[in-house]
Amino acid sequence: MGMIVLIVFVVFVFYVVLAYNRLVTLRNRIKNAWAQIDVQLKRRYDLIPNLVETVKGYAKHERDVFEKVTEARARAIGASSVKDQGQAENQLTGALKTLFAVAESYPELKANQNFMMLQEELAGTEGKIAYARQFYNDNVMQYNILREKFPTNIIAGIFNFGPQDMFEITVPAEREAVRVKFD
Amino acid sequence: MNSLPEWITANRIIITFLVLFLFIPVLVLLLPSSSNIYEQMSSNRRKSVALCAFFIILIFTLALLFEEVAPGARIVALPLALVFATLGPLIGYYNSDKIILRMSAARPATREEHLFLKNTVEGLSIAAGIPQPKLYVIEDTAPNAFATGRNPEHAVIAVTTGLLQKLNRREIEGVLAHEMSHIKNYDTLLGSVAVVLVGVVALLSDWMFRTFWYAPRRSRRRDRSGGRGGGQAQAIILVLAIVMAILAPIIAQLLRLAVSRRRELLADAHGAFLTRYPEGLASALAKLDADTEPLEVANKSTAHLYIINPLREHASFLNNMFSTHPSTQERIAALRAM
Repeated sequence: MGMIVLIVFVVFVFYVVLAYNRLVTLRNRIKNAWAQIDVQLKRRYDLIPNLVETVKGYAKHERDVFEKVTEARARAIGASSVKDQGQAENQLTGALKTLFAVAESYPELKANQNFMMLQEELAGTEGKIAYARQFYNDNVMQYNILREKFPTNIIAGIFNFGPQDMFEITVPAEREAVRVKFD
Repeated sequence: MNSLPEWITANRIIITFLVLFLFIPVLVLLLPSSSNIYEQMSSNRRKSVALCAFFIILIFTLALLFEEVAPGARIVALPLALVFATLGPLIGYYNSDKIILRMSAARPATREEHLFLKNTVEGLSIAAGIPQPKLYVIEDTAPNAFATGRNPEHAVIAVTTGLLQKLNRREIEGVLAHEMSHIKNYDTLLGSVAVVLVGVVALLSDWMFRTFWYAPRRSRRRDRSGGRGGGQAQAIILVLAIVMAILAPIIAQLLRLAVSRRRELLADAHGAFLTRYPEGLASALAKLDADTEPLEVANKSTAHLYIINPLREHASFLNNMFSTHPSTQERIAALRAM
């Protein structure tokens, strides 16, 4: 009898440890996924000055477009809260759209090797931002499912594993802008 | 145990159970798959597990039947078969990336030349949460692609220049996502394990035949004491052993191919999950299917790796059963149903 109680107890402790560790793993994956988004955003910020310089070489008169892009970029880098950053990113995406629209009317610029590379690189980075956000959401979903499922919900409750927020795009326009379409 | 007739041995009871157990994975395989993307992924995973379970039960059944035919054989035969059948595929597994890249004359893709390709693979590896696979290009106008490597750290994706020319960006992205899923799901490993299992089954059946041929009397004498029931049981076991020895290698080969087809469907579903755009892969598959040019660097031994059969065989019932890929129509239908 004592043996059975002992075995049940050991199995129970084992289960709690496993579930706790699983929750910790998933929570850290979410943190990592969030950092991934930042890496890609930073890459995007780094590309923009180059792009602006290249366009300037061909289209000197479009000063307010450059200003808008530079300003939006500075705001996005300086944003402190997630919400602020989201808004600044929206603004930046809009400004970049205008920049590329302007570039359309300069055939020499469009044929410039450097410009084409930067455009491609920027589109690629925007794709990566979208994928990084998707990965973040996938991880959050996995974590939230485990956190809410029985019986892990009890363990999550005891050890204070709070819910995590999904990344949501509030402005529908951004969804289109981030996933650049080619066809 | 004294009340039981002598011919009911532990070995035979286990064989009976194992033969019954063989039906459980078959039932799982017959379950219909639903159309939802998450459901398709988990149903494909379940069915892969069922196929592997069927394999393992089949091998144990064979080993126990072998014991009936030649007492004492199981202890030697099964480990020996395992060792022999593992050697070749193990080497292949460890060097899969190098061997196959050399066979297909692939060259590394550079950032300057294939910027879009590089960026897409980088993005997809972020979405899949795995390290970036190495990227190779095969100089061939037939559009095709494959992935290999023993784990995500040693993974390789290769695409033909024909694929880059004939497909649009959305479609290329879909194809790359399919390959990325193969890497994430360890399909090279599973494929190698399947080859090992087929080898074990083939060796065991072969040895069983030889044992029948050269030493049939010894086992018959042993069971003569069992009376009428013993004689009948012995006859049934013998028939079962012969039938299994003939059928098992064929079944094993068919199973391996079924595993391969199942993994293709899983990679399709998972790839669509990565891009969240099943239509990209669906229209890519339609284009690849319509293209009739065979890939020159592919052959029978590498054909199963590619996203679509590079040898362009005709679709027929037999070809479908012995094919490493499901029919393209079936794959497109599954993607469009998501």
